[in-house]
Amino acid sequence: MTREPVLSIRNLSVDYGLGDAAVRAVRDVSLTLHRGEVLGLAGESGSGKSTLAYGMLRLLPPPGVIRGGQVTYHPRDGEPIELLSLSRKRLRRFRWAEVAIVFQGAMNSLNPVHTVATQLTDVIAAHEPRTTAAARRARAVELLKLVGINADRLGSYPHQLSGGMRQRVMIAMALALEPRVVVMDEPTTALDVVMQRQILATLVELRERIGFSVLFITHDLSLLVEFSDRIAIMYGGRIVESAPAAELYRSSLHPYSDGLLHSFPALRGPRRELSGIPGSPPDLRAMPAGCAFHPRCPKAFDPCADRAPELAEPAGREDAGRSVACWLHTAERVTP
Amino acid sequence: MTASTKPTAPGATDVVLEAVGLTKHFPVRRRPRDLLTRTRRAVRAVDDVGLVLRRGQVTAMVGESGSGKSTVARLLAQLVRQTSGRISLHGDEVRTRGGRAFRAYCRRVQLVFQDPFASLNPVHTVRYHLTRALRIHHRDRDVTAALHDLLTRVQLTPPEQFLAKYPHELSGGQRQRVAIARALAAGPEALLADEPVSMLDVSIRLGVLNLLRDLRDRLDLAILYITHDIASARYFADDVLVMYAGQVVEGGDGEAVTQRAAHPYTRLLIASAPDPDRIAGEADEDTAESGGEPPSLIDPPAGCRFHPRCPHAMARCRTEAPPRLSVDGNGSGHWAACWLYDAPTVAEAAT
Repeated sequence: MTREPVLSIRNLSVDYGLGDAAVRAVRDVSLTLHRGEVLGLAGESGSGKSTLAYGMLRLLPPPGVIRGGQVTYHPRDGEPIELLSLSRKRLRRFRWAEVAIVFQGAMNSLNPVHTVATQLTDVIAAHEPRTTAAARRARAVELLKLVGINADRLGSYPHQLSGGMRQRVMIAMALALEPRVVVMDEPTTALDVVMQRQILATLVELRERIGFSVLFITHDLSLLVEFSDRIAIMYGGRIVESAPAAELYRSSLHPYSDGLLHSFPALRGPRRELSGIPGSPPDLRAMPAGCAFHPRCPKAFDPCADRAPELAEPAGREDAGRSVACWLHTAERVTP
Repeated sequence: MTASTKPTAPGATDVVLEAVGLTKHFPVRRRPRDLLTRTRRAVRAVDDVGLVLRRGQVTAMVGESGSGKSTVARLLAQLVRQTSGRISLHGDEVRTRGGRAFRAYCRRVQLVFQDPFASLNPVHTVRYHLTRALRIHHRDRDVTAALHDLLTRVQLTPPEQFLAKYPHELSGGQRQRVAIARALAAGPEALLADEPVSMLDVSIRLGVLNLLRDLRDRLDLAILYITHDIASARYFADDVLVMYAGQVVEGGDGEAVTQRAAHPYTRLLIASAPDPDRIAGEADEDTAESGGEPPSLIDPPAGCRFHPRCPHAMARCRTEAPPRLSVDGNGSGHWAACWLYDAPTVAEAAT
């Protein structure tokens, strides 16, 4: 796979509210999405994964505030674009044409009073006003075919479609302008496992055919291990570990990743006794000092409670492309 | 310790709750043309479901949304009345029409809902929620001692710290524990848990499941665990029932159903579950062939309701609904409602 970056986030911080009362939802996150890659972003509710996605596309409604950082988009040709300093007009043209998003609960993000055809052609009309109505309709048919829906469904209203079909329409709409990045925010949580697998299989197949990158946000780590190339795990607003999916599954370094991976009962193999992770996710209003995970961590030792570890390459390991924020894996590790 | 290793006393007393031929049809509003034809349409949410909850055992009911699994829980809790069929508690038929009989019944059979954010009243404290349940069901009990006992049982310790809290001050897992404590306040024999962990964060789900298992062992509860996640059913339950389109299509020991799935629908469900050990894009035989979606429950397909999606459908499947057929024929109790396990039908289809 080419390691050409498409979208890079550097030190992005997002707050809700201002001043001392602000809740720091995303803290100093750096992440790079490469071309043609499926990057999984996993974390529990409140870990900041959706805030990160909305923040980088400047979609956050108030009181969401971007406190600092850089988001750079690398187009096919030409200069890199700084998303956070883009003018409103250019941002409007940029969104959906280059980066499209499939929202959480996408089943309910279709307009109930318009047909599928109207909503699909509307996207194209807004960005490419010079196309003819017939061409737009032909494109809509093509898009539906792409996601496996028969063209005679064009005249249907959303309520006439099943949940899985609505989700497919949303994906078709996201692909309408051939974006290079598709952000999927919990795209299949409202769906049944059978439908979920069908839709993800369609998506993987389309990615290979069309060649876009996917930022896949979900809380279901077992799904990510199977469908993504690389996984970043968020906890308390920070990325705590990032690694190729297979390696993360085989040998996770951060105790939180390890705990998450041992929170899923397996369908095959021997029945094991599982414990999950003790305690509950942190309250963003009152984050613990030091590493946010230390109160729940089975391996916590001296420095964990005082200083937050930096996300860095694990010390003493050969494999490249991994990073972890844990005192257990830093070079200046204090002996426990 | 799992219940299967426990010496179970034989006899009818072991069975706490039993349902036979349980059916629920929800009427659909009539369209103008129905007025002429005198047809009455109904959503056949639950059709001829039979199940048995045994003391000290967890029975899981697995199915997709819309398969009728939540309706079964509501029927068993007598929150809705069945269209036909029979529910019996320790062998006595349950006839509740509200009032005293219903209260006596729900003292023994309690329901835990899916969403602890919605099932607890946001303007009342934990103390209020639990005290109310205690007052209604056991007027003569010492409330303070009972409250401490309940909270300790669901591992919310120290109890004093939690009694004065409001639901919004608790995390999702703690809220669900309060909901479970409230169900236990009645001192039930059977607990119906309708997707008790699907709204919780992944890292705390197992904590709640392990708590329920611990309660099963200590209080000898009969638990019905309703879920869409077949892997958690395998982890947590002794027996597993699989529901599809309002009917139970397979049942038996948890290991047998998940490891040697017999019904094509169960196989599809298992093949679709996320599996980190599988390589992406590698299509399974069962998922590749069975596309489609669950049928409409107003006009369910004739014969076996799975036949339009089934890769192994035979002529008989389209006309005749299959009975429960034993899968391995050795009396292990693993059965499937599928004609594939009826030798004459398979032989006939092969010729």
